[in-house]
Amino acid sequence: MNRQIVTSPNLEDPDGLYAAFVVAHQGLSDAQSELLNARLVLILANHIGDPDVLREALALARAGLAPTAAGEPSPRP
Amino acid sequence: MAEKERFPRPYQRSPDQDASRPVRHRVVIIGGGPVGLALATDLGVRGVPCVVADGKSEFGEGSRGLCYAKRTLEILDRLGVGERALAKGVTWQLGKVFHHEKLLYEFNLLPESGHKMPAFINLQQYYLEQFLYERCHELPDVDLRFQNKCTGIEAFPNYARIRLETPDGPYELEAEHLIACDGSRSAVRQLMGLSFEGRVFEDRFLIADIKMLADYPAERWFWFDPPFNPGQSALLHKQPDDIWRIDLQLGWDADPAEERKPERVRPRLEAMLGKERPFEFEWISIYSFHCRRLERFIHGPVIFAGDSAHLVSPFGARGFNSGVQDTDNLAWKLEAVLAGQAPKTLLQTYGLEREAAADENILNSTRATDFITPKSRTSRTIRDAALSLTAEVPFARTLINSGRLSTPSVYDTPLSTPDTEAFGGTARLGGPLPDAPLARPDGSPAWLLNLLGPRFTLLYCGDELPCELPGSMQLVRIGRDVMDEAGLFQQRYDAKPGSAYLVRPDQHLCARFRRVDTPVLRAAMERALGWELPR
Repeated sequence: MNRQIVTSPNLEDPDGLYAAFVVAHQGLSDAQSELLNARLVLILANHIGDPDVLREALALARAGLAPTAAGEPSPRP
Repeated sequence: MAEKERFPRPYQRSPDQDASRPVRHRVVIIGGGPVGLALATDLGVRGVPCVVADGKSEFGEGSRGLCYAKRTLEILDRLGVGERALAKGVTWQLGKVFHHEKLLYEFNLLPESGHKMPAFINLQQYYLEQFLYERCHELPDVDLRFQNKCTGIEAFPNYARIRLETPDGPYELEAEHLIACDGSRSAVRQLMGLSFEGRVFEDRFLIADIKMLADYPAERWFWFDPPFNPGQSALLHKQPDDIWRIDLQLGWDADPAEERKPERVRPRLEAMLGKERPFEFEWISIYSFHCRRLERFIHGPVIFAGDSAHLVSPFGARGFNSGVQDTDNLAWKLEAVLAGQAPKTLLQTYGLEREAAADENILNSTRATDFITPKSRTSRTIRDAALSLTAEVPFARTLINSGRLSTPSVYDTPLSTPDTEAFGGTARLGGPLPDAPLARPDGSPAWLLNLLGPRFTLLYCGDELPCELPGSMQLVRIGRDVMDEAGLFQQRYDAKPGSAYLVRPDQHLCARFRRVDTPVLRAAMERALGWELPR
């Protein structure tokens, strides 16, 4: 299947991106940082919009992450 | 707790109980709740004799179905109880969603006029049941047998034998078609050993009906994480008789026995509603929700409809609103098959069409429940991120899911004739007809849906149909029998002169043409009756 998502280098300033992330999270608690990341994901997802690209991005992000042992639930909120 | 009205269902011995061998009926319905009675009424209106058996001796207990959607009201109108329901019910179309104490946004479920029925009414289930029960008494073909409890069933290829327990002892009946409308704990389903697969949502909800004089508007109010129920959710609905329905999410760790005590519930409701308005309890219970369905709704002579076939969590009001679409779909097909107008395979399309609808309802209810009761830390975080963004960016609102409310099913079905020309408007092939206000030649108003009788209908845009009308089709000429003065028919149907729309007996559109001739019309109707299905 033809990949829609761009995985070749597309950032003008990768070091700048990393620095911006660090700055954005400065002074936040872990819980706030989690919320920021989630907000960012939603904002970028909406900006992208294309469901095929989003699906591929999710699959790519998930790949290589093994779920916890079978039957073990993730911690409840 | 306040004394609630009860609706008796008296027992009457049937001649069948004295017959020397089990009497065979064409249709027997097990379950005399709202779905069973809706089906009985539909068959009665169509002149198809049926027997309804239900073990109960009275109705009225509990807090059950409440929100009846526009499509449901249109079906109930066709059955003859729609106006009664509308008069008693509380009409609403607006909803508000709150986060903490703040209003996040409002929504309007029917942002256009020109429909007979509103977006929703709230009506206690026992009123709906009573209206249907009384309607059934007007239909000579409906044989209601309450205090007739189904305790045994044997399914053969062409009929089922049922054992019924009555105050006078047991007896047996046979049914060519046995329709199980006996709810989530269906005896028929259990007796047949059929598995009801799905999932339970690990959470508990307090459901309380209270009698209270209050001036909250008739709007659906939903709260995420309100101060009176932190970290959880709440829902408020107005009902007739100054009754208010409150749902409070309690969490999976709540102890049902403790939480249902009035002395535990009262402070919660006072925190929600304030202490100034007195109220009394009508009903309190604690629920967990499930989404389940039978893999197949048809098992030989036995057909399942309503909660016996599919179960959803209540966010989205997809319980009775889908159960009545089941019966709407089934009744005309039973009539056609019994009358020899359609092959038996037509009944298989009930399974095809309604199983797909159940999947859609389960998907929507599941997604709503997962948003309202997130099951992991991260899903809660994403949910809360969407909530937090709603006041800041327009797109976030579309993510907020406090329940996707029931919409009518649009069937992707072999019974439809595919469009060969483009049609705009809001009418959809396979979907129920959008209503429209029309005028008769004498100027009196008529609603489009009220013009449709129990048969197939052809809506033709013009003075005179240019060909012979196939027998048994009803004809309505837009521009002659009725006028589209407001232009809403033209808009909703993208109607041009000569356009024709073939409508099934359940008011779903099954074919549309820019030009018609008799062979084309006949072919479309035969297709809609299942004559092209593989046998």
